[in-house]
Formats: sequence, structure tokens, C-alpha cells
Amino acid sequence: MSGFAALVGRDLRLVWRRPGDVAVVLAFFVVATTLFPLGIGPEANVLARIAAGVLWCAALFSALLSLDRLFAADFEDGTLDLLLLAPWPLELAALAKCCAHWIVTGLPLAALAPVLGVAFGLGPEVLQALAVTLLVGTPTLSLIGGLAAALTLGARKSGALLALLALPLCVPTLIFGAGAIEALATGGDFGAHLAVLAALALVALATTPWAIAAALRQAGE
Amino acid sequence: MIERLSFGLATGEVLALVGRNGSGKTTLLRALALLVRPEAGAIRWQGVDVTADPETWRGRLAWLGHLEGLKGDLSVAENLRVAERLRGDASPDIGRVEAALAAFDLLGLADRPVRTLSAGQRRRAALTRVVLADAAVWLLDEPLNALDGPAQVAFRVALANHLAGGGLAIAATHADLGVAGGRTLELGRAG
Repeated sequence: MSGFAALVGRDLRLVWRRPGDVAVVLAFFVVATTLFPLGIGPEANVLARIAAGVLWCAALFSALLSLDRLFAADFEDGTLDLLLLAPWPLELAALAKCCAHWIVTGLPLAALAPVLGVAFGLGPEVLQALAVTLLVGTPTLSLIGGLAAALTLGARKSGALLALLALPLCVPTLIFGAGAIEALATGGDFGAHLAVLAALALVALATTPWAIAAALRQAGE
Repeated sequence: MIERLSFGLATGEVLALVGRNGSGKTTLLRALALLVRPEAGAIRWQGVDVTADPETWRGRLAWLGHLEGLKGDLSVAENLRVAERLRGDASPDIGRVEAALAAFDLLGLADRPVRTLSAGQRRRAALTRVVLADAAVWLLDEPLNALDGPAQVAFRVALANHLAGGGLAIAATHADLGVAGGRTLELGRAG
């Protein structure tokens, strides 16, 4: 496990050295979501109705913004070779990279979303639920995004390709994430939606590291 | 690419891979590191096919590619520490790290971010990583690239120590490795 911790620690340290990369992602999230109340107008019931979908979509796009550098930086400076040559499973290294990505994007997005939700006139209970759904749902985005990043490694226009690959795979997470908030507002079963969201995260956790590792080995050839 | 190739190395031996650009030196090194899968043939360590247990084989390797494998935003010391921990060495010995840094005249640069270093200094930092890996097999792609005179001497001393300690090394190179008793394999020649 020392290698796993070292890799997560290294990636966090690299982000700490260049905080601008994360700041851009969070700034995009703030700007993108605040455009909706400005564009649609201050009708509280309309805004509250669309809030969950808007915030979830914006979180998805924001998470994708930083993903194209997830493995590309390691690929370009040769450190990917060191990961491929490490005497422990590459699957763990893939998981460590996604884990670090989640800590610096998913976690701040989940913390920021309730603050932005205020602009949509959401009540305290819904704001709390929003943070919980993002907390449970964003690991899936990091894992699926990591897979798309590994598959598009070395490709031209990898950013656009990455979005095309990752977005359709994130649809179930988006539906149940926004659906959970919707269920809370309409008296539906919030817990059931959250459980499906958690199940999606677990499926991604159990499958994507292997696929990412295979894609990275392919990229290394 | 490469066909009909067979060679063996005993402990303490170094093999220089020579040949023109594009003759397959790097590909052969990457195949030995299992980064590229050969279409046919086998790589054996003490008679056992290394693909049977790739993780143990990787643990025996120290790799220097044509890219240094250093993070520009981390200092030299941080890069070495991370590389050691990625190899599974939880607490690298500070004394060993300092001795290796001193051998390549990097002690004064240990806390500098790698992106501020020159090409030769980065190469020296990468070689320090190879030395610290304490691996039985060194796979080196153009190790002498960008190295100045004193750094080339430091590399030769490090390589000689490695070989004297029972290690072996395979290096793709255009320059003379400068180690007595080194063997040479020329790629890209019919025959």
C-alpha cells in the first residue's frame, strides 16, 4: 500500500504546487451554474425545479475539464513508465490516480454545490441532500473519466474525445443524482436513489481500474 | 522490427546495444522491461520465463528511458523519494540518498524544482534514481546523453560499482560506456 499512498501523495503535492489548475475547475463550476439564474430570470419556483439538474451537469463538466491531464502529464514526462514498471499492480496505481483526482475535484465540487444552490432558492434540507448525492456520485465521475483519459492517451484532440467517451457513461449517475434531489422535493424515495448512486460508484470501483490499467499498458507500447 | 536475436548475460556483465537510429535499441529495452510485448521469443531470468511473474521481474529492474521520468514541479529530492516509494521501499535511507546525490554532484540542487534544471542535471537526477533503486538489472536508454565530462565519469564509477556488486546492465548507447570487459551487440545488421 506504500506505493498507492505515495502516488496519491505525489499527485496532491503536484496540485498544491499549481493550485491554479484546480481553481480553474472550481471557477468554471461557479460561473457555469450562476449563468442559469441570470439567463432564466429570478422566478424562484422555476429555478428550484431545475437546480439539481443544472448543478449536477455543471459538476460533471467541471470534473471533465481537469481529466485530460490525468495521465497525459505522466505520459509526457516518462513517469508513466515508472508506474508501468512498479513492482505492484498497475490497477492500484490507476485507482490512486483517480482517487487523487476525486480529492481535488469531486470533494471541492460537493462542498461548493450547496453554496451555489442558495442562488437557486433551495431549502436547507435540499442543499444538504445535494452535497450528499455529489459526495456519493463524483467518485464514479473520476473513475469513468479516468478510463476515458487513459483510452484517449496520446490521441490528437484528446480533450473532445474524452468528453465524448465519458459523458454517455456518466448518464446513469447524472439521472440518479439529479433524481434523488427531485425525489426529495416531490416526496419520493431519496434513499433508493442514493443507494443506486452508491451502487454505480461501487460498480465503477470494481471495474474501471482494470480497464484503465489495460489502456495504460496499451499506451506504453 | 527485430528478428533472430539471442543473448545471455552473467552477473557483473554489461551489454552495450549499438546500432543506427531506428534499429530497435529502445524497442529491445522496452521489450526486456515488458513494456512492449514481443511477438515471439522469451526473456528468461535464471532459466525461468519472466512473464510468469512480471511483478518480481519489474522489481529487479531499474529503468532509465529517453524521458527522465521526473516531475518538473517537484524537487530532485522529492522525485527520488517518490520513485523509491513507488518501487515499494517505504522509508528510503537518507544516508544512501545523500551519498548517491553527492556522487552525481547534485547535493546543492536537491531542493531545486526539476523544471529549473538543465538537461544534463536532469539526466544526473534520473541516474541517481537508477542507482538508488538498488536493482539487479539496469536498463538504460542513452545514459550518457547530455552528460558533461565529470558526470560521465560519475556514471562510469556508478556502473562499475553496480557490476562489481553482482548486478548487470543493458544500455543502448552511441558513446563508449567505458567499462572494462563490456560486451557489444549491434542491432540492425543482417546476419
